[in-house]
Amino acid sequence: MAEQEENIVEQVTNQEYKYGFVTDIDADTIPQGLNEDIIRLISEKKNEPDWLLEFRLKAFRHWQTLEMPNWAHIDMPEIDFQSIYYYSAPKSKTNKTDANGIDPELNKTFDKLGIPLYERAQLSGMAVDAVMDSVSVKTTFKEQLAELGIIFCSISSAVKDYPDLVRKYLGTVVPYTDNFFAALNSAVFSDGSFVYIPKGVRCPMELSSYFRINAAKTGQFERTLIVADDDSYVSYLEGCTAPQRDEAQMHAAIVEIVAHDRAEIKYSTVQNWYPGDKDGKGGIYNCVTKRAICKGDSSKISWTQVETGSAITWKYPSCILAGDNSVGEFYSVAVTNNYQQADTGTKMIHLGKNTKSRIVSKGISAGKSQNSYRGEVRVVPKASNSRNFSQCDSLLLGDKCGAHTFPYIQVDNETSVVQHEATTSKVDEDQIFYCNQRGISTEDAVGLIVNGYAKEVINKLPMEFAVEAQKLLAVSLENSVG
Amino acid sequence: MGLLEIKNLHANIGDKEILKGVNLTINPGEVHAIMGPNGSGKSTLSAVLTGNPTYTVTEGSVMFNGKNLLEMAPEDRAREGMFLSFQYPVEIPGVSMVNFIRTAVNEKRKYQGQPALSATEFLKMMRERKDLVELDNKLANRSVNEGFSGGEKKRNEIFQMAMLEPKLSILDETDSGLDIDALRIVAKGVNHLRNSENASIVITHYQRLLDYIVPDVVHVLYKGRIVKTEGRELVAELEEKGYDWIKREQGDL
Repeated sequence: MAEQEENIVEQVTNQEYKYGFVTDIDADTIPQGLNEDIIRLISEKKNEPDWLLEFRLKAFRHWQTLEMPNWAHIDMPEIDFQSIYYYSAPKSKTNKTDANGIDPELNKTFDKLGIPLYERAQLSGMAVDAVMDSVSVKTTFKEQLAELGIIFCSISSAVKDYPDLVRKYLGTVVPYTDNFFAALNSAVFSDGSFVYIPKGVRCPMELSSYFRINAAKTGQFERTLIVADDDSYVSYLEGCTAPQRDEAQMHAAIVEIVAHDRAEIKYSTVQNWYPGDKDGKGGIYNCVTKRAICKGDSSKISWTQVETGSAITWKYPSCILAGDNSVGEFYSVAVTNNYQQADTGTKMIHLGKNTKSRIVSKGISAGKSQNSYRGEVRVVPKASNSRNFSQCDSLLLGDKCGAHTFPYIQVDNETSVVQHEATTSKVDEDQIFYCNQRGISTEDAVGLIVNGYAKEVINKLPMEFAVEAQKLLAVSLENSVG
Repeated sequence: MGLLEIKNLHANIGDKEILKGVNLTINPGEVHAIMGPNGSGKSTLSAVLTGNPTYTVTEGSVMFNGKNLLEMAPEDRAREGMFLSFQYPVEIPGVSMVNFIRTAVNEKRKYQGQPALSATEFLKMMRERKDLVELDNKLANRSVNEGFSGGEKKRNEIFQMAMLEPKLSILDETDSGLDIDALRIVAKGVNHLRNSENASIVITHYQRLLDYIVPDVVHVLYKGRIVKTEGRELVAELEEKGYDWIKREQGDL
């Protein structure tokens, strides 16, 4: 690990956002704007059953009654939702596909992003669902997983092939009435991943979705649904990038997770959407609703996120601990630099008895950015003997950035214990000079310090992602110490 | 040519001039002690030599290894073989000693065109050198200087010196805050590392440390200038007479 750490530090010197390229490919795009006809058109394009169209329309009608939330510690510009393209599917220019059924141009794109669409990459032991703009391009290892009864496919195919399962769970964790962005997503969601792990099965490989925004002025509204049946286990990873553009783009996703009795789900995110340029121009507005329910007794859900990208981040991956003895965890590193703004955290809702939750949030602010932790811990009267431990740390680089913590704690039960700890620290010039005097450059010193600070969270990521995350942390903070 | 040649060095902190024309030449194999009362500029000299950005050099030149030291970034000075044992070692939470010193060693090797050490080679080297200053195994796995006692911090500085094998080591008040046992351990480490190729500057107030690390040349720095340079016998003289004698000589008393 130490050896890798070093190489990373070397690699990152003088790197900028390296995923900012655009793939030159035709797209099947529907007209700009949002109304019931557009929603019918999306549904039609995807050949959806009536129940799903109804779901979308109900969500849309509800969305129209809502206002964009403004409680977050974020300065969000007015968004013209009528100027967004809600569906854009990459379309082959030549209509050629290779032996694996993949358009060579798309394959090149994902290759460039380091995402193998061919199963030759078997060694990496990871199955991938690759989504560009509004459609899933390819899901690997589907067949091998199917032998174990595991379903891993795009949510569009799941609607066709496993309608009962999708219908049973869709919208049960995040109802369309949940919030503004959730209602919008429910109305227009295009693709995303679906995972079902049957009873007693331990998924033998990491499942992963890779989201790529390519087309201009498009929003990405993917939807992911993961269900782990009794006594099963799965580790799921999510990554994302977008081209470098001057105008901001919208990303409003929903992730719903259900864990039944004794099931365990680990969900890891390395979020690297285009953060905008040094002056705060462009970037992705990342407004995402992620929620998991520990439905069954003794089930466990663990969220790990490394957030380095996006101009604006608005997300609170949460756990509803409904089953007795269930466990929820949230490990987060959120980095903001230049003019990035992040308002992120979690909710731990203790409903069952003896439920436990743990929150470790590490905010890192640099440049002129604003970084907020917002978290809720609630223990209801019935949730006796529940425990929560929260630790919220902020690290500041420079003196023009901000770090904020907004904890909401409500305990309605005398046998439960909730603990909250918070620290704020600064990378100071003495630390940097001490490193310099030992032959370590300032950039490398910041990398060392930041990775050291975030270690507790990074260590929760699967190996391949941990390495990627360390690189990202260093790159995101380049030139942040003057 | 000397390993270090300082000519007419002037340096400021803000608008205030601290060094007012320091001249000093150090040859390989030599140990120089720099003594002087509080506020005479001893720590400033070490900070300026290592490139601490708090200070501005306004005049003069410093050659190190035949290169213009003042043009080099602090990290390059270190990679060239200049080492400062800090008076107040800095804590870096979250960064393990192992990772820290390994990065430092390999940065220096890279600068000198040598390949990075493998994990095995590195750990072997670390085991040997840490014994030199009787540093606990556990300390190596903790964060840099975090929660170390005063003595442990100073021993850790000498340990890093042993790992980095500098050409010139500057020990800035390394004896401050040390009990006699820790002082012996630190001195033993420094003496062990002493050879005909490298040199040291020992900055101190007291004779105590110089009983263990015996200097070849002793300088007195006063009001930003070296006002006296003699052999090791000067240490005893200063201990006996105190600095008032120097101040009187300089017409200040």
